[in-house]
Amino acid sequence: MKRLLDRWLPAYAALYIVFLYLPVLLLPIFSINTSAVPKFPLSGFTFKWYEELPRTTALLDAAWNSFIVGIAASLLATILGICAARAITRYRFPGRRPINGLIMAPLILPEIIVAVSMLLVLQRMGLGLTLFTVVLGHVLICIPYSVTVLTSGFEGFDRSLEEASADLGETAWGTFRRVTLPMMAPAIISSLLVSFTISLDDFIMAFFLAGTETTLPIYIWGQLRFAAKLPSVLALGTLLLVGSFILLTIAETLRRRAERRTHLTGVAVA
Amino acid sequence: MPDRSMIEIRNVTRSYGTFKALDDANLAIREGEFFSLLGPSGCGKTTLLRMIAGFDTPTSGSILIDGQPMDGIPANRRPTNMVFQSYAIFPHLNVEQNVAYGLKRMRLDAAEEKRRVDEALAMVSLAGLGKRGATELSGGQRQRVALARALVMRPKVLLLDEPLSALDKKLREQMQVELRRLQQAVGITFILVTHDQYEALAMSDRIAVMFGGKIAQVAAPKEIYQRPVNRQVADFLGGMNFIKAEIVDDAGTSIVVDTLGFGRVKTDKPAAYVKNGSAATIGIRPERLRVLWDDATARHEVAGTVVERHYFGEITHLIVEVPGMDRPLSVTETNDFGADDLPLGATIRLGYDPDALVAMAD
Repeated sequence: MKRLLDRWLPAYAALYIVFLYLPVLLLPIFSINTSAVPKFPLSGFTFKWYEELPRTTALLDAAWNSFIVGIAASLLATILGICAARAITRYRFPGRRPINGLIMAPLILPEIIVAVSMLLVLQRMGLGLTLFTVVLGHVLICIPYSVTVLTSGFEGFDRSLEEASADLGETAWGTFRRVTLPMMAPAIISSLLVSFTISLDDFIMAFFLAGTETTLPIYIWGQLRFAAKLPSVLALGTLLLVGSFILLTIAETLRRRAERRTHLTGVAVA
Repeated sequence: MPDRSMIEIRNVTRSYGTFKALDDANLAIREGEFFSLLGPSGCGKTTLLRMIAGFDTPTSGSILIDGQPMDGIPANRRPTNMVFQSYAIFPHLNVEQNVAYGLKRMRLDAAEEKRRVDEALAMVSLAGLGKRGATELSGGQRQRVALARALVMRPKVLLLDEPLSALDKKLREQMQVELRRLQQAVGITFILVTHDQYEALAMSDRIAVMFGGKIAQVAAPKEIYQRPVNRQVADFLGGMNFIKAEIVDDAGTSIVVDTLGFGRVKTDKPAAYVKNGSAATIGIRPERLRVLWDDATARHEVAGTVVERHYFGEITHLIVEVPGMDRPLSVTETNDFGADDLPLGATIRLGYDPDALVAMAD
């Protein structure tokens, strides 16, 4: 039995990874193929689909919208995340665990249900659907991630550092500015990047809450109706993929660095 | 004015629910004094220190620093500075920036700030290491930075929370000497929290011994060690032989007791002595009993049989059974004359000074 497992487990793992990533790998490959139809054999190498992208006004508008929404959503999610993470790690108060659970809930709630609910509530409130409502939706789905990243930054942050600052005459705000913020900077940047990426990639919230505006994912979805546009969608998708990957790598590196740094402040390593 | 009070603790209690971390403490710490709060963990010593610093608030009672009541005054406006147990060196700043941290708020001109930082670094023997990163320091160096960062503020009181507990034995002993020297050089009132009795004895002008939120005794190291007020204090400060005794005569400042094994003894009565019927407890430290070799004699002797022997390098610890005593005596003897070679079962005579016998409360 064990021999059987030894032989087949690596094969299974390899198969699994191929299944997971092959489609993603095909995206960049077909995006530099001369043929408008994505099929093998490849007909030739070209960058023309990429060159078309910046000449498409609708695409540029969607990209600009996504950028604005991403910036706003990541800033808001991170500011709220700092407050939540600080409260969760610093204070013991009744209902701390349930509150933590509720903050994380959007991770497991079906996003389409949340989006539809938000749509209903926003319309009842008489708020027109604009990019602002998209930002609200994105903040909701970004917060679990930003709280996770920031909590890991605050945990292990030696509380006596803030006490030492107060002891040396600094005010509460001064302590936050001169000690807490610089110590947390990597985690904060990491939270901003993760939130921005999630906002950039999100389709469902934007689809329900954007009204007449478009964001990049909505633009892509719209283009899929036209077979001739497929290669440029593939090119755009490749760019988004690479961009997201880079942002998330930077975010994770910073988060780990923050973790190392805050853990170094404990009792001295002689 | 050497006897002026720098810190006054007046009826201070700190409760957490029904648990009293500090129970009606009263204490006056003099200006320029090296004062230690000594006790086991959970005795309230750190709670008291944190209340002096302003990180914690008394449930009742008040704390005065240099005559000023500290009620409602936050930590950042108190004339105290603290050396934290974890040192709390700011990891994102270098040594110089750490030391200058508190000075920044004073808005000194750059030259004056630099002069004071350099002076503080020189004081703790870290001159020239100003540009070193906080994470590149050894344990001992981090401690020195923490000291310099507090001293540069020229506080009226320097608070030290178990500052040496993270260091290895050799470095710890070296730092004890240095800290004491430093305190005498700057003349600032130091308050040290420690659970290490040797540390407290070696460095302090006076010690407060605390148990369960109460201050048991406040006195100079020698007094605390030799004349503990009760068995708990005696035990915490080191080994002590407890001898059952019966009071024969109680004459004001001294008492006469009949002891098991030590005969009739006259001894000083400690100030906090509590009479418990006619029974009394007499104590003698193991090193105050010395082995009498060959035909040496002492005015006061007690004889017994060696039943255990423990070798500790420079000393040997003997357990000696004395006829008539309910439990054996502990004796600490230097190894100059062969205490480490005494055979088990040997009969030996022990000499002592009656002054070494002390009456105490149970």
